[in-house]
Amino acid sequence: MIPLSWYLIAAAALFCIGLVGVLSRKSAVSILMCVELMLNAVNINLVAFWHYHSQLQGVSQVAPQVFVAIVFIVAAAEVAIGLALIISAYRRRETSVVDEMTLLKG
Amino acid sequence: MISETLVWLIPLPPLLAFFLIVVFTNRNKALSHWLALIAAGLSWAISMVIFGRAVRTEGLAEHPFAHAIDWLPTGTTSLKIGIQIDPLSAVVLFFVAITVLMIFIYSTGYHNYGQPAGQHDRKGLPPEGAEVKDAKGKLVKVPSIEPMYSRFFALISLFAFAMFLLVVTDNLLTLYVGWEIMGLCSYLLIGFWYAKESARKAMIKAFLTTRVGDVFMLLGLAALYALTGTLNYQEILGNPAVLEQLAGTLSPVFSLSWAALIGLLIFIGTVGKSAQFPLHIWLPDAMEGPTPVSAMIHAATMVSAGVYLVIRFFPLLSAGWEPGGTLTTPMLVMGIIGSFTAIFAATIAVAQNDIKRVLAFSTISQLGYMIAALGVGAYAAAAFHLVTHAFFKALLFLGSGSIIHGMEHGIFHTGEHIDPQNMLNMGGLRKKMPITFWTFLIGGLALSGFPLITAGFWSKDEILSGAFKGGQMGVFITLALAALLTAFYTARQITLTFLGKPRSKAAEHAQESKWTMTAPLAILSVFAIGAGWAGIPADFPGLGGLLPNWFEEFVGSMLHFEHVESVHSLVPLITSLVVALGGLALGWVVYKGLQKPVDPLEKSLGGLHTVLKNKYYIDEFYQAAFIRPALWLADVFTYKFLDQTIIDGVLHGIARFGVWLGNGLRNIIDLPVVNGAGDNAARGTRGLGLYLRSRQSGRIQQYMVIAISLLVLAGLVIYFTVGLG
Repeated sequence: MIPLSWYLIAAAALFCIGLVGVLSRKSAVSILMCVELMLNAVNINLVAFWHYHSQLQGVSQVAPQVFVAIVFIVAAAEVAIGLALIISAYRRRETSVVDEMTLLKG
Repeated sequence: MISETLVWLIPLPPLLAFFLIVVFTNRNKALSHWLALIAAGLSWAISMVIFGRAVRTEGLAEHPFAHAIDWLPTGTTSLKIGIQIDPLSAVVLFFVAITVLMIFIYSTGYHNYGQPAGQHDRKGLPPEGAEVKDAKGKLVKVPSIEPMYSRFFALISLFAFAMFLLVVTDNLLTLYVGWEIMGLCSYLLIGFWYAKESARKAMIKAFLTTRVGDVFMLLGLAALYALTGTLNYQEILGNPAVLEQLAGTLSPVFSLSWAALIGLLIFIGTVGKSAQFPLHIWLPDAMEGPTPVSAMIHAATMVSAGVYLVIRFFPLLSAGWEPGGTLTTPMLVMGIIGSFTAIFAATIAVAQNDIKRVLAFSTISQLGYMIAALGVGAYAAAAFHLVTHAFFKALLFLGSGSIIHGMEHGIFHTGEHIDPQNMLNMGGLRKKMPITFWTFLIGGLALSGFPLITAGFWSKDEILSGAFKGGQMGVFITLALAALLTAFYTARQITLTFLGKPRSKAAEHAQESKWTMTAPLAILSVFAIGAGWAGIPADFPGLGGLLPNWFEEFVGSMLHFEHVESVHSLVPLITSLVVALGGLALGWVVYKGLQKPVDPLEKSLGGLHTVLKNKYYIDEFYQAAFIRPALWLADVFTYKFLDQTIIDGVLHGIARFGVWLGNGLRNIIDLPVVNGAGDNAARGTRGLGLYLRSRQSGRIQQYMVIAISLLVLAGLVIYFTVGLG
């Protein structure tokens, strides 16, 4: 039996990897992938707590799983829109490096 | 009641004519003079009706035609305006109405109505004559119509209105109103030819000189109102209690009684208006106006108004006096000033060569006669001389205008450059201008008091006998000497003008004036003779009693004295006969054979003649004593010192202080504090904006680093301060 804390540590590690990726990667696509990592880290947390809770109560509830499913849906939609934006930006500016996209600078 | 209503109407037509001419008919010369003539005619007709009714009324002095209405409310009382016709105002009205009408008719001729307009005539200058072609096609010069014809009739109508108002009023206030309107009109009419420098000076001189008298008169009027609460003649002069009280209380000035003080103040008004010494200087200069104006001012109206006023106020002036008693102070002053003026002006008249100036000085002299007559208590004689003098002096002035016209005609004919008013250039006009000659002769004889037939003899004789009977020998001798001089200069004037041979070409070609000018002369000469018959004294040897002495009874009824039978004496009669005939003969003898235009007296009198010719240098004296100091005061003291130095200095100082204060406040408060605050706020905002702008790099990852760092920081802060529990 793997204890709950291992899952939580794995999820936290995953989240941190995603966060560092978001803050440091140059390519917009990589940043998008890292965002996905962070979302999935959350999903791991959700599932881990769901399982833990079910074992404690002896009752299996469906609501947390629905929550995870919604996060998937939102992530999928986000990736779709994000990739579309990146392609569109690339077409205009011939680059997908976020550091070069500084049109909003003061 | 009909009489009262009619009296109200007397002054109105000339006033209406004035407004109508000024407002509507100014451009139409014929309409203007018809309006003025009809107005004067209406006033004359009403005046004659009133005079007729007044003469037939018994006891008019006690119960005059009088009516009054409230005019200005002053607190609980009100100033009244009203009319009153008593014997005195009735006779004054009589001669004023006639002379005014005659002068109006004469003016149409004098201002050349019916003549063409002159080619070179300008407004404000006497007409210079027009050039027209005669029947043969030759250019001749003829008199031209006055350019400001309508203006003349408007002004002279206003003048007539003021005189009628002054005569018919029942109180001093409205009299003063008429008095001042006349002052204004005389100013405007003396300066009628305002483009002439001399006319402008004369008009200002006349206005200012009479103003000196008027101010004193107004003081007297105010004092009278303050003491009695009324200005009505009947309530003051017809009330012995009031007169007694005024004569009995002392005024604060020179321990005179109030009656004497007020009397003197009112008399000073007369001195100004009737041109008595020392305020006589304006009257000779007033000759700058057109001749009808001279007649209007010097005979019929303005100067008569002054004498009328003192005759009217004789009860006040003589309050406390009884016939034969000691004279009151105002009477003494009047006696001295009147007789002095009479002889003083007569001596000047002897040396004048301008025909109108001689008449002007003779007017001053004759007015002095009337004042002196009042001074010795010869009340009726003064009024009588006022009436007769008005007729013969109007006649003489209009006659002199006719002579000047005739001479101007001669000048147009010959083209000479001589003064048409200088008598030395005339001579022999008797044959050229017969009507003017005969009428002028009648006027001249009346002025010099030619015995028995002329009006002037009877009135002058009464004054002389009044002075003699009053025991005032000084006044009597002075007046007798003045009468001698009067006869002398009148004979001089007539001889120089009409007799002998012409002394210039212009005089040879002089021509008789039109009927509009000669007809008034003829009518006035009738009065210059006939007016005397109304006042032949009852004790006159031979003629006395043939006609009743109507005038003295009628006007004398104004006074409440008992008639004192005085000692009859032939001295004044013989004196007046001798001086009149002697003076006339002397004048004729001296001037009859004059060939060259040089006065023989110039040689025989020497320096005295120069002094007389220059009017005793009184004008020069006034110039040096009053006018120059006044100008100096105005220029150096008031203008340069008071105005420019002190008042301007204070103002400039205040202004400079204001500028200094403003600059100081600006440097201390406005620039650093107000402007600094505003500028620094703006600069700070801008700097902050610039700083923040550089932080906005547009790099999304940088933003996130900052956001997360802040988030972590916030988390740490919350953790360590608030804690988790």
